Amino acid sequence: MELFQAITNMTAVSFAQHMVNGISLGSLYALIAIGYTMVYGILLMINFAHADIVMMACYFALFGITTFHIPWYLTFILTIAATALLGVIIERSAYRPLRDAPKNSVLISAIGASFLLENLANYLFSGRPLHFPDIPFLSSMIDLNGIQVQAICLFIPVVTLACLFLLLHIVNHTKTGMAMRAVSKDYEIARVMGVNIDNIISITFAIGSALAAIGAIMWGIRYPGITPYLGVMPGLKCFIAAVVGGIGNIKGAVIGGFILGLGEILIVAFFPQFSGYRDAFAFIMLLLILFYKPTGLLGEKMTEKV
Amino acid sequence: MNNKRNIMLTIAALVILFGVACFVQAEVNSYVRRIINLCLVYAIIGLSMNVTNGFAGQFSLGQAGFMAIGAYMVGIFTVPVELRADVFYAVPMNPHLVNVYMPLWMALILGGVLAAFVAGIIGTPVLRLRGDYLAIATLGFSEIIRIVITNATSITNGALGIKNIPPLNDVRYIFMAAAISYVLITLLLNSSYGRAFKAIREDEIAAEAMGISLFYHKNLAFMVSAFFAGIGGGLYGALLGTVDPKNFLFTLTYNFLLIIVLGGMGSVTGSMFGAIIVTAGLEYLRLFDEPMELMGIAIPLFRPGLRMVVFSILLMVCVLFWRRGIMGTNELTWEKIISFVKHPLSGFRKKGVQGK
Amino acid sequence: MIRTVLRTEHVTMQFGGVIAVNDLNIVVKEHEIIALIGPNGAGKTTAFNDITGVYTPTKGRVIYSPAEGKEIDITGRKPSEIAQLGIARTFQNIRLFKDLSVYENVLIAKHLHLESNFLAATFRLPGYKKEEEAMRADVERLLKEVNLWDVRNEKASSLPYGKQRYLEIVRALATEPKLLLLDEPAAGMNPKETAELTEFIRQIRDRFNLTIFMIEHHMDLVMEISDRIYVLDFGTTIATGDPAAIQNNERVIKAYLGEDEDA
Repeated sequence: MELFQAITNMTAVSFAQHMVNGISLGSLYALIAIGYTMVYGILLMINFAHADIVMMACYFALFGITTFHIPWYLTFILTIAATALLGVIIERSAYRPLRDAPKNSVLISAIGASFLLENLANYLFSGRPLHFPDIPFLSSMIDLNGIQVQAICLFIPVVTLACLFLLLHIVNHTKTGMAMRAVSKDYEIARVMGVNIDNIISITFAIGSALAAIGAIMWGIRYPGITPYLGVMPGLKCFIAAVVGGIGNIKGAVIGGFILGLGEILIVAFFPQFSGYRDAFAFIMLLLILFYKPTGLLGEKMTEKV
Repeated sequence: MNNKRNIMLTIAALVILFGVACFVQAEVNSYVRRIINLCLVYAIIGLSMNVTNGFAGQFSLGQAGFMAIGAYMVGIFTVPVELRADVFYAVPMNPHLVNVYMPLWMALILGGVLAAFVAGIIGTPVLRLRGDYLAIATLGFSEIIRIVITNATSITNGALGIKNIPPLNDVRYIFMAAAISYVLITLLLNSSYGRAFKAIREDEIAAEAMGISLFYHKNLAFMVSAFFAGIGGGLYGALLGTVDPKNFLFTLTYNFLLIIVLGGMGSVTGSMFGAIIVTAGLEYLRLFDEPMELMGIAIPLFRPGLRMVVFSILLMVCVLFWRRGIMGTNELTWEKIISFVKHPLSGFRKKGVQGK
Repeated sequence: MIRTVLRTEHVTMQFGGVIAVNDLNIVVKEHEIIALIGPNGAGKTTAFNDITGVYTPTKGRVIYSPAEGKEIDITGRKPSEIAQLGIARTFQNIRLFKDLSVYENVLIAKHLHLESNFLAATFRLPGYKKEEEAMRADVERLLKEVNLWDVRNEKASSLPYGKQRYLEIVRALATEPKLLLLDEPAAGMNPKETAELTEFIRQIRDRFNLTIFMIEHHMDLVMEISDRIYVLDFGTTIATGDPAAIQNNERVIKAYLGEDEDA
């Protein structure tokens, strides 16, 4: 212990503090990364708008509680539903029409959708940061043996893992899940075998968006400054997390999320002189993984038929 | 002989346009001149993005970062030495740089070269990636460049930005820069190397099988694109008079994406048209951001932010219903202009397909 | 002693659990026309891809000899390098530059031998202009050979199917190869067209001093012009020999049993 303290100039308590922060952040990244990886696994496209769906969910929750005075637990449920719906709407209007178009078009459409959501939020809610409402108990600080922890931090990893297990159950043990796996393995064959591709894709987006909403709510409690661009950086990092874990692989996305979240917090904790560069950590991870294991930690090699 | 005629016509057109630029510089007010200058600068950067995205088919979202490099070269070296202490009031400017002054043209070229150099380094690992990955990676690097700029306070003044850049509002100067950029890029794109870019865009595997080194040519396109984005960025900085890391968020790149999608990915003349429409739109749609009244009743929709919403919708409409944009992959050639002048109605009568 | 232009030594290609090509040992001698045949899915195109660098063989080597006394190990090299060394190919599914004109498709194939760098090209220096003129003269010659000169400004994708195949071959020829790999050049052709193609292949072999290695299903074409034939089934070479020997080979007949001699 003393050796650790001597080397890193950090006490056990503050290390524990950083670990809590890192695990919380990692969990949030994991939840959002799942949405990216699921969509990429099925459609081979980056849903650029996913990050902005997180942002919209924050606003939904915020307005539900502060403007419409709906009790917070109800608001959260409504937010998840509304966000899932938003995800499906985006898929239907921006991605489905371009399914047979060249790859670049879908990419541009995704960028356009992202851009539109950001500008829409800016227009509707103004660019001024709004404060996410304080939730009784969850937003409060509690003291654990000298570590100051926001109550929500105890729930975040639990909720994330619960969502993960639920999702894995759906994917591995239900008919819908089997259809999802089939579509991501081979789109054409799945369609020929009678899988309703449109429905499966919509379900995928709905699930991914719902998880994003759960992440967004916890994010809002954790980091209450809500702006139209809050999703941008985390969105990039979460996609990178999905790539690090192995794009298309749900467990990989979670692992990637934790690596990126913990890494970001700990690097700044141990090397505070680099704190301005904390966002660069994710991109460095991206480069490393692309260089040494491009298919990601849990990914499989795909060969293109010539 | 057709070629010689085309060259003569192009030179004549450039001379005439330069004359127009001189006239504009003398007679038109500075507000409108600034819009024209912005349009020309956007045209340069839009074309630079078209080189990678439209011609070589490599989806790069890194323009904002390369612009920032060019802009900061101008910012760091063209502010008069005596004014620098004023600008760098929080953290003093790096002693090696504080007395180095460069005229604008030198800073522009160096900015372009540095941007190309950075592109070369980034390109090597990144250009191996497929479509979406490439987009994210270049986006990421654009942000890293911005993060580095924000943190290197003794060189760039960090988040405070650099002001007191000698302002540039001379239409002739910027027209020359745009004309030279367009001529050089067109020459490259019409050469064997430009054709190699198109081959890569059409079918990478076939292009490789025909002996075209993907690594070399993708990097070449990327570096040329960065070079001109750097120059455009430098002009942008000079036009604004200040540079600030927040000017170069990757959302800036989306403007140029709209330009090339609207104008036609793969068309040089298309980028020009796209730039004109987007710049004019950005400026004249400002009215969407102001409260508007109809017969004394305030229309509730019009307030700040509507302009960009309209723009985003425009981008979506373009990509969903009008992927080819105005020009598609075609150019406005002298042949077409001449035949239009001779037979203005022939386009409506003839239904035949001309090999394009 | 006729020179060996290409040989593969124990080339094996494995994808995960599937062995697509198993211990391939082929020899192609100068000016020969060698055919690689076998039922669908036998691994023929995979073998081509191993040779041209699209895939790196899991095991084995590919040795290429562009000239007397010179041998180059091209195993796993990049396709562009291999093309630059003198090996050109066509594709089973036709990979023309669809949106570009017929003319441009062939002109692009001349790029690999360009000496001028991009600056010389941009500024149209005299050295570059001369090279470009020579390239264009070559393209004109090649297109006139196959009666594609008149449609040179049409989009490549607008050509009828048969003409597209000729265009792809001519594009490959434009790279000035010593060894030409043709992947099912007669696919989709009727007997008359196949006969014309057969004659065409013979002519280009003679005129351009080529060695030809092709994958084909049209047995009339294969038996008519091949010097030797290799037969693949499930990735393994089951027979090799001249056309007469292969036609009477029991294993070959069994492998093809039920397989249509397709049109």
